[in-house]
Amino acid sequence: MPKGLLYDATLCIGCLECERGCAKQNNLPYTDTIEKQKKTSEFKYTYVAVKNEDKYMRRLCMHCNEPTCVSACPVGALQKSKLGPVTYDEDKCMGCRYCMVACPYGIPKYEWSKVLPRVQKCILCPDRLAAGKQTACAEACPTGATLFGDRDELLAEAHRRIAADPKKYINHVYGEKEAGGSSVLLLSSVPFGQFGLPATLGTEPLPYLTADLIEHIPSVVTVGWAALGGVWWITSRREAVAAIEKKKNEEKEEK
Amino acid sequence: MNNRLPKITFWRVLFVMIMIAGAYSTYLRFFKGLGASTNLSDQFPWGLWVGFDCLCGIMLTAGGFTLMATVHVFNLEKFRSIARPALLTAFIGYLLEAGAVMFDLGRPYRIWHPLVMWNPRSPMFIVGWCVMLYSGIMAVEFAPTIFERLRLEKPLRILRMIQTPLVILGVTVSIIHQSALGMFYVLVPGKLHPLWYSSMLPVLFFISAATIGMAMTIFESTMSSRHFDHALDKSVILNLGRLLYIGVIVYGVVRVQDLLRLGAWKYAFISSNEATMFWVEMALCVIIPVVLLSVPKIRSNPISLYVISFITVSGFIVNRLNVAVTGMTASAGVQYIPKWNEVSITLMMVSVGIVMFTLAIKYLPIFSHEPERRPRTAALPSTVLPAPAR
Repeated sequence: MPKGLLYDATLCIGCLECERGCAKQNNLPYTDTIEKQKKTSEFKYTYVAVKNEDKYMRRLCMHCNEPTCVSACPVGALQKSKLGPVTYDEDKCMGCRYCMVACPYGIPKYEWSKVLPRVQKCILCPDRLAAGKQTACAEACPTGATLFGDRDELLAEAHRRIAADPKKYINHVYGEKEAGGSSVLLLSSVPFGQFGLPATLGTEPLPYLTADLIEHIPSVVTVGWAALGGVWWITSRREAVAAIEKKKNEEKEEK
Repeated sequence: MNNRLPKITFWRVLFVMIMIAGAYSTYLRFFKGLGASTNLSDQFPWGLWVGFDCLCGIMLTAGGFTLMATVHVFNLEKFRSIARPALLTAFIGYLLEAGAVMFDLGRPYRIWHPLVMWNPRSPMFIVGWCVMLYSGIMAVEFAPTIFERLRLEKPLRILRMIQTPLVILGVTVSIIHQSALGMFYVLVPGKLHPLWYSSMLPVLFFISAATIGMAMTIFESTMSSRHFDHALDKSVILNLGRLLYIGVIVYGVVRVQDLLRLGAWKYAFISSNEATMFWVEMALCVIIPVVLLSVPKIRSNPISLYVISFITVSGFIVNRLNVAVTGMTASAGVQYIPKWNEVSITLMMVSVGIVMFTLAIKYLPIFSHEPERRPRTAALPSTVLPAPAR
């Protein structure tokens, strides 16, 4: 059963416990400077964005159902697992950074200061999930703003909350359909675009864009070989005929 | 160039300076990391090394596969004299590209990973394989030049047997490689500016590469004929000029049509940095070359063809950098300007390429074998010897 997170911004009080829980779980430093950073970075997998002092939005890897980063990675270092997490294998990664270019949410970050850098992003605590536990951020959340559970149930719960109080929420579960949907679902009372979440993502997964093109490669190769092989056969045949005729003509002239 | 003690010239001093700066930047890159040696950031993870060294570098090598196909598959004899210089350029270009990738990859020692760790859905995987395959193919295509120099007749005969099938293989790999570079950006519809984003990017990259193949060959042949004092085959240059004319027209039509299809023209008339760069690109890639080449008098003059080639090459360099940098700036939210170390590595790569080209022309039969070759080709039916190596 795919797991997921439901973040309800209306329940969030901006206490940053999720950030602290995440840092502890992933052995990331959580200094005062890092606490003030309002962005994901090599030291920070998640952050709570603030607008108008009391509007919050958690940002973290969405764990897309059809992740763009996974399709971009040439060596398969990024993988979507059955339980939901998009995981990263640092032993495979060669550091091309195509995942960073590809991600529509701008989530993967790089260890620029290191000589042998890694990509850093939220991996949805795959070890905890495998052990049947919830993510560190959901466990740390004191208000239930970040809720862990089966994605199906969380989605139903999100719609239930919107239906129960349509004035409180925007009628949109972000992550339900965005680019094919994601394991992380977001609810908010203000437009998601205000927090840097792309507003124009369609419902089609982005990997399809390149997959459709890559599918053509075998036919390009076959048609290419057939066409060029054919041309070669014709041109060399023509030359051979020309050579023989030339010889004949020369023989005639000699006679 | 023939003196024992090298004379001090402007170009040599410049070369040494570029090498010293490059050596320092190389040290910085490999001992202090990408952060210390580049202006790349989380917002802008791909910069000059991807935009110029990879995208432009590979585009500029396209003369290799177009001319090898023209001569060895289409058997158009008149282009034979320039096929080898074009192949040499392509081979050097790919070697340099492999070098540049070692700088750009965060963990360059894992460059072999795509060989065993597969993700065929990734354009980057496709590109990685194309670089490796085509470098190997070109090494074999180029080998006859070295064997001729060493007068090794036996391997030469074997290489001639497999030459045309190998060229055909190389052409298809090349087509895929050129298009796959455009495919990188098909994955980022929300990030690349609408003046450049299109699902047609692979096709546009391929057409422009094939066009640039002609322009680069005109450019190089003219340059090297001046520096190395070998006669320039005027009719070849004029024929290439005609092909270049067709290339820029086809590219222009496809590009304009594509912008119409996507309704992106409106962005070209909004005052913005993107619109300015778009018009610079369009002027150099399409408008100026098409206007100039449409005049028969200009089209039939090798010197003006040389100038037009230079303009077109610059135009398509601007195009690639617009895709990689200009078009990605707004969505990144930061202005990327390469650090001087990045520039110095790129300059080092270009300089090494020029020196390799110069040395190869000096010591290998690149241009020099030409006079003796034609009678021999005519004497042999090509069914016996598929395509003579030279």
